[in-house]
Amino acid sequence: MLLAQVIGTVVSTQKADSLKGTKYLLVQTCNQRAELRGGYVVALDLVGAGLGEMVIIAQGSSARQTSLTFEKPIDAVIAGIVDLVEEDGTVVFRK
Amino acid sequence: MLLARVVGTVVSTRKEPKIEGIKFLLLEKIDPQTVKGTGDYVVAMDGVGANLGEIVFYAAGSSSRMTAVTQNKPSDATITAIVDAIDVGGKYVYHKEME
Repeated sequence: MLLAQVIGTVVSTQKADSLKGTKYLLVQTCNQRAELRGGYVVALDLVGAGLGEMVIIAQGSSARQTSLTFEKPIDAVIAGIVDLVEEDGTVVFRK
Repeated sequence: MLLARVVGTVVSTRKEPKIEGIKFLLLEKIDPQTVKGTGDYVVAMDGVGANLGEIVFYAAGSSSRMTAVTQNKPSDATITAIVDAIDVGGKYVYHKEME
């Protein structure tokens, strides 16, 4: 699982995943303090994340372990929206 | 999935019989902010009929075998979508019609 921030959307009409009504978001990986640090990933949004939100990304075959993505060609999904991150007892990120 | 641009095709006549008839495209990964190539290349099977110059995204690893074209084939990268538009921070950085 990776922490990432939603920075945009990717639109496609011609695709092989046979998924309808789903949205692909462009995310950039970040650290626990929401500081962006490179690495862009296109991830299928399962939770209704919005621009600027910190999210949790599941990658690889794990991304297919949901009812929506089962046996679909998806290798990255947004599995959750982060409300708060605590590090060594102090809150380092709050939504 | 990662964003890339189709920069060429890869042709092979002597290959594993299972992958005969499948098209291989050469992709260059792009930086979504600038839509420019990063100099990092990957060969991917084509699951959507992508053309030269188009921005696509591809699935990697075992997920790349989940399309009709690549099911049970020895693939580890498959183009799963042709991108129409990329929006970063509410602004279009790429729109197919602008190309």
